[in-house]
Amino acid sequence: MAELDTFPKLLIDNARRIAERPAMREKDLGIWQTWSWSQVRDEVFALANGLAALGVQRGDKIAIVGDNRPRLYWSMAAVQCLGAIPVPTYQDSVAEEMTYVMEHAEVRVAIVENQEQVDKMIDIGERYPGIEHVVFDEPRGLRDYDRSALHDFEQVQEMGREYAREHPDFLQREIDAGQGSDVAIFLYTSGTTGKPKGVVLSHDNMLLTAHSSVELEGLSENDIVLAYLPMAWVGDHLFSYAQSLVAGFCVCCPESTETVQQNLREIGPTYYFAPPRVFEGLLTSVMIRMQDAAPFKQKLFHYFMDVAKRVGVRKLEGETLSTGDKLLYALGDLLVYGPLKDTLGMGRVRLAYTAGEAIGPEIFDFYRSLGINMKQIYGQTEAAVFVTIQPNGEVRADTVGRAAPGVELKINDDGEVMYRSPGVFLSYYKNDEATRKTKTEDGWVYTGDAGFFDADGHLKIIDRAKDVGKFASGKLFAPKYIENKLKFFPHIIESVTFGDGRDTCTAFINIDLGAVGNWAERNNIAYASYQELAAHPQVYAMVKESIEQVNRDLAGDEMLAHSQITRFLILHKELDADDGELTRTRKVRRPFISERYGELIDALYDGRDHCHIETEVSFEDGRKGKISGDLKIVDVETYAPLRAAG
Amino acid sequence: MNSQPQRELGEVLLKAENVNLSFGGVKALNDVNFDIRKGEIRAIIGPNGAGKSSMINVINGFYHPQAGSITFKGVKRTSMKPHQAARQGIARTFQNIALFKGMSTLDNIMTGRLLKIRSGLLSQAIYWGKYQREEVEHREYVERIIDFLEIQSIRKTPVGRLPYGLQKRVELGRALAAQPDLLLLDEPMAGMNLEEKEDMSRFVIDTNDTFGTTIALIEHDIGVVMDLSDRVLVLDYGRQLADGLPDEVRNNQEVIDAYLGVSHD
Repeated sequence: MAELDTFPKLLIDNARRIAERPAMREKDLGIWQTWSWSQVRDEVFALANGLAALGVQRGDKIAIVGDNRPRLYWSMAAVQCLGAIPVPTYQDSVAEEMTYVMEHAEVRVAIVENQEQVDKMIDIGERYPGIEHVVFDEPRGLRDYDRSALHDFEQVQEMGREYAREHPDFLQREIDAGQGSDVAIFLYTSGTTGKPKGVVLSHDNMLLTAHSSVELEGLSENDIVLAYLPMAWVGDHLFSYAQSLVAGFCVCCPESTETVQQNLREIGPTYYFAPPRVFEGLLTSVMIRMQDAAPFKQKLFHYFMDVAKRVGVRKLEGETLSTGDKLLYALGDLLVYGPLKDTLGMGRVRLAYTAGEAIGPEIFDFYRSLGINMKQIYGQTEAAVFVTIQPNGEVRADTVGRAAPGVELKINDDGEVMYRSPGVFLSYYKNDEATRKTKTEDGWVYTGDAGFFDADGHLKIIDRAKDVGKFASGKLFAPKYIENKLKFFPHIIESVTFGDGRDTCTAFINIDLGAVGNWAERNNIAYASYQELAAHPQVYAMVKESIEQVNRDLAGDEMLAHSQITRFLILHKELDADDGELTRTRKVRRPFISERYGELIDALYDGRDHCHIETEVSFEDGRKGKISGDLKIVDVETYAPLRAAG
Repeated sequence: MNSQPQRELGEVLLKAENVNLSFGGVKALNDVNFDIRKGEIRAIIGPNGAGKSSMINVINGFYHPQAGSITFKGVKRTSMKPHQAARQGIARTFQNIALFKGMSTLDNIMTGRLLKIRSGLLSQAIYWGKYQREEVEHREYVERIIDFLEIQSIRKTPVGRLPYGLQKRVELGRALAAQPDLLLLDEPMAGMNLEEKEDMSRFVIDTNDTFGTTIALIEHDIGVVMDLSDRVLVLDYGRQLADGLPDEVRNNQEVIDAYLGVSHD
């Protein structure tokens, strides 16, 4: 057989090489059902022939819409068998958003999960008549629908088996005709600004990236993952599709989105990806449940978590430990870590990735100290995921690691991270202008993120490039990097830093009413309102201490030592999306805040020790009110920059 | 939303003739005549105290009418006990949820299979032989219902810990587990918010659609009733005010008066 340069060829190879190994699992009627690689191949082939019978041809675009279901993954492979292009679409987008993608990608056939999605396709049909056929997986509720253009998945497979009897060589010919350089998939980026862009990736892009990462991390057919992130997202496409085909590991689909946590526990994946907020949420729920536990259990938990903090990370890094520590850790594993990991569904996790945003060092270390090899990666749809990976033994909370295998990295003159790799996308579909803006002639891609290499050669991402400014001295000012460091403290919910065009960095702080209120209660501090609590001298003292810790941290960083915070104030109200200070996704709207609180910013820089402010606020019922207050401004200790050791 | 063309109605499944029910001097039902046909969704509506729940209770044998008769599947009866009704294929849900609060969703729905169990006590006690096979079959049927009602995530959760809307769904599940010929729903949407109502309506329609179950339901929300049902019976002070297609009932002057009130001068 020829080179395994496309997904369908890999599938055929797996179905021969590891025919009886599990390829896919799904829980049906309360019982996990398994499909082996050879069964998956048969299912995929039946569908591919069926789609051919419906008239799908090379180059056609086929939308795939739904939660993670085996049949939808098979659909991707079936579409690729024919040389057509799967276009997975975010299943929770409303018909209107989906119309844009369907129209832009010129979708001819849609393979969807259920009635909800069929209804959307019918809606879309009113504005974009190009969808000729809709194939559905779950027939429920569809009995009375007009079936002329609507097909049951199984019927299409049946048609396919018939078609295969009449055209026995057809499918193999189509698969052989495919090449690695062919377009494999369109992945639409969700697009925080403007319309979504269709990222065109080839089989080579996905497969070379998958091959090198599988090799680096030693993934094999013995691994197992739970596919629960949207199929339209490049990460899921790599972890649950490309890597699975390359390494031959089993992909499990959860029963429903609500059962992910339970299913995780049942399956016990060995390889796991989650964004930081999922890890954060799990940790919080563990801590809350521990607070309700019996005193003895609490003591046990805290004692062994301290042991883990001291020993666990070092053990994971392969350092030598004293015999006492080894024994203690083993005991802790038996009594606490093991059961805890099992509850979290991470009992067998060998490798866990997180990415997408900064993760708090405490959260990161919590999981690592339990013995879970959690790493950060940095990636993009345009790179077929991997740009950097943290190598084993060099994992840190504040970097994203070294260049992934085959990736070249550089920082351009504006401080923006650029990369070149085999995974670099072909183009944005029907958008040459955007392609030219993102990808240079010789294949380098602008990430849009600002970053730098630390002393060990690890990449640190500091901010979106467009948000990075410069101090009056011309040195780099990365507001979000500093704000994230501040937000890792539980009593700081939001912060806004200033420094662009100034001499020093200053900050607005928003306290977290929940955390600080709790703290006040425990310390017998009485307060009547948010404003009063925020202005309390002890709260100021606590925040000051946190900021000084951040400053110490920054002092250790050659690139950022100059951006230590010199002065701060605690705002008298919470920044609120209703007042336009945050976006609906809780991102700070800097220009608006600069304008609204201009006087406070002036006060931060002209040496005053307090400032009066009157602000208009909107209440939840839409009425407006005013709150005013006299805010204290406090100076903070800064530290001499340390020379980075070694 | 569901303006499907009017469906062909099946044969008569249940017929109520001149049903009279009174509690002391209060006439709860006064000469009520109607039928329920196979495969239809039949609504019983009316203002508070109209006799709707009494009618349901008569159908499933909880109340015995002083006069008149009920014919179910061609068999006429004057009085019958609820467990006999259940055996004949009538299942119901309650206005106030009546689940086993300490038991899981799964176990609650399993209790709905009770009447279908054929093996003896001994076999059940030692969980051997025939009963073991039987339980696997029952469990499979229950899992199908769990899947149908989309309550996989609460399979093992004690029912008492569930929110109201979900408890209602579990109760529907238990009734469905009995594979009834006639399903009586007593205010399945009472106390629900709009989203829960929409979900429940969907399940009622799908139940009728998927399992072919004949459904009689009591409901206050007229909008829901008009969308869901094939035929509507209107009661007021135990009297039968109207009976017919949703559109006919909607335009019936007496019904409008009963609901909106009318000045008596």
